[in-house]
Amino acid sequence: MPVPLAPAITSVTGWGRTAPTAARLLRPGTYEEAVAAVRAADNRGAIARGLGRAYGDAAQNAGGVVLDMTALDRIHEIDVVNGVVTCDAGVSLHRLMEVLLPLGWFVPVTPGTRYVTVGGAIGADIHGKNHHVSGSFSRHVRAFELLTGDGETRLVTPETEPDLFWATAGGMGLTGVLLAATIQLMPVETSLMTVDTERATDLDDLMARLTATDHRYRYSVAWIDLLARGARTGRAVLTRGDHAPLDALPRRARNAPLAFRPRRLPAAPRPAPDGLLGRTTVGLFNEFWYRRAPREQRGRLQKLATFFHPLDGLPDWNLVYGRAGFVQYQFVVGHGQEDALRSVVRRLSTRGCPSFLAVLKRFGAGDPGWLSFPMAGWTLALDIPAALPGLGALLDELDEEVAGAGGRVYLAKDSRLRPDMLGRMYPRLDDFRSLRARYDPRGAITSDLARRLAL
Amino acid sequence: MKDAFGAPQSLLVLGGGSEIGLATARRLIARRTRRVHLAGRPSPALDAAAAELTALGAEVHVSAFDALEPGTHEEVLGKIFAEGDIDMVLLAFGVLGDQARDEQEPTAAVRVVTTNYTGAVSASLVCGAALQRQGHGSLVVLSSVAGERARRENFIYGSSKAGLDAFTQGLGDALHPCGVHVMAVRPGFVRTRMTGHLPAAPFATTPEVVAAAIEAGLRRRAEVIWVPGRLRPVMAALRHLPRPLFRRVTAAR
Ligand SMILES: NC(=O)c1ccc[n+]([C@@H]2O[C@H](COP(=O)([O-])OP(=O)(O)OC[C@H]3O[C@@H](n4cnc5c(N)ncnc54)[C@H](OP(=O)(O)O)[C@@H]3O)[C@@H](O)[C@H]2O)c1
Repeated sequence: MPVPLAPAITSVTGWGRTAPTAARLLRPGTYEEAVAAVRAADNRGAIARGLGRAYGDAAQNAGGVVLDMTALDRIHEIDVVNGVVTCDAGVSLHRLMEVLLPLGWFVPVTPGTRYVTVGGAIGADIHGKNHHVSGSFSRHVRAFELLTGDGETRLVTPETEPDLFWATAGGMGLTGVLLAATIQLMPVETSLMTVDTERATDLDDLMARLTATDHRYRYSVAWIDLLARGARTGRAVLTRGDHAPLDALPRRARNAPLAFRPRRLPAAPRPAPDGLLGRTTVGLFNEFWYRRAPREQRGRLQKLATFFHPLDGLPDWNLVYGRAGFVQYQFVVGHGQEDALRSVVRRLSTRGCPSFLAVLKRFGAGDPGWLSFPMAGWTLALDIPAALPGLGALLDELDEEVAGAGGRVYLAKDSRLRPDMLGRMYPRLDDFRSLRARYDPRGAITSDLARRLAL
Repeated sequence: MKDAFGAPQSLLVLGGGSEIGLATARRLIARRTRRVHLAGRPSPALDAAAAELTALGAEVHVSAFDALEPGTHEEVLGKIFAEGDIDMVLLAFGVLGDQARDEQEPTAAVRVVTTNYTGAVSASLVCGAALQRQGHGSLVVLSSVAGERARRENFIYGSSKAGLDAFTQGLGDALHPCGVHVMAVRPGFVRTRMTGHLPAAPFATTPEVVAAAIEAGLRRRAEVIWVPGRLRPVMAALRHLPRPLFRRVTAAR
């Protein structure tokens, strides 16, 4: 079958806008077109791309084909009684929320942005503020259709093909192209959140609060000010909450309890000038953020988008980091490795990395995906401008510390890990490699991430 | 693949024995570079370079390459690219020539410009096409401030670098849409064996400083860099000096 789409050579980057490479961008409108594209792939291969929210090079494929999956955006079936949806992999979580919230259902897991596709959510096995309760996204996936590198389309469930299922969950798109998925949803009575906010004065105070009371909340996250030093190192604002029950709403709002109309500002026109985000600007912002937060506040009603996706209101916020782009560093270390976390936070704040509020979260138990990121313990995520001198070497040192503590970095965020660190961080790497060789003997599915890390 | 900071994992040095090339390779090996191809005219210096980089932990391959034989470039360089993606090509070969002799012996002058310009054009085109097929990579070309304005004392060399620099900029524009990054490096006087017999010029620098500037340029995806950076405003001023004044200034040394 011919691929009826003109393959335009396009420069592609991830959300961090570093390391652009060129690929032929195809936008299949049917499963058949996707199959034809994978079968026609030459030795440079093909990779699926969703909404481009992976920070690094996961959805890039230099010299090969990048399959823009966003035209495969049909919702096939919604079981409103049991809360199960079957849809194309190119459907975004934003779209699912628009359609499902009025029916009283919510996605089981949402990351910090609604603008990810279902395929991307499975490929990165994303987690959200409810990881300690619900685990990662793929745990709620009942089945998916996967187009493997041998050109076959397979219906995969955790029961029938556990290996392929759990290699694909978190497999960064490298086991094949996800075409569709069936997802178990979560019931909600309203589209509002009840939120408790409190401040923590330093990192130990923060960890103590999260350890003591996280189990009371479905959602929990903390924003850390990494520029605060000395006794205030690791000071943070905790926001935790749950979906508001109907009777928590003021009488007037009960008429349309499931309304969902998030607002977006116009997109930024162009990258900001380099060096806009120096230590001073970022430091002032963080100071403002910390002081603005209430010392302690209970049961505040907040819109769902405000609670989960504060940055989605600013399209293209990634442009503020200027031409060189930025790096997001996210790692996890297990319980009992708090010293490693303390040490990393201390190093970052001593170094004065101009990082906007970093995010700290206490994960629940690890997930079964072979390359899934979460493990029971502490995860910290921060953005840093890529132009910062010496950043590469600094992050390499942090990798050592993290791997030494039995932790790992998140591949969906990665754009710079040393390949030899990967096996230390992901013990099932060899299984993953041999499974790929089995389903894709020709190497038709590959990406810049796969080449860089020899995945 | 290059990482977010432009650090390459594989490197091809054309003119593999070049001191600037070697300093750059050393620096990049300390970051991410694991596989290095040294292409040059077989010599003890080339072997020594390979041994040194191997000792630093790199996997080093040596290929015979002569800038003066453009007819062989396609085959020699094609073999190297066939072994795997090359994230960065450093075009480091070049000869300074001997201005006084070269003015007397036109065939000697032709050797200088054929090496620095014709040979570089050929090798750049071959590598540029291979990088384009890969859809990624950087081509870093050692130009020179000598090409920014011709000087009495080295205009044969200078004119070859002027041609190379112009060519490099045009090639950069041609390859930009193809995911390939091209960077012209304009060093001033660098203390290497090429300049060992000359008195140091103002702003003299070292191969290590050039290497550091190249690493920083890769991170910014710069298209032109001067080393040291102060040469940029200096050269901008020199370029606009009236001819009589320029003659006097450059003759002063
Ligand atoms: N040093 C400076 O002050 C300075 C300033 C500005 C720009 N540059 C440029 O920087 C580059 C590197 O210079 P360097 O200072 O590192 O000098 P270098 O150590 O002498 O390196 C020059 C290299 O070019 C090689 N070469 C010459 N002719 C060749 C040919 N026909 N085929 C293949 N290789 C050939 C030489 O190898 P062989 O052993 O085969 O001769 C040598 O390895 C040159 O392009 C130079 O013009 C230098």
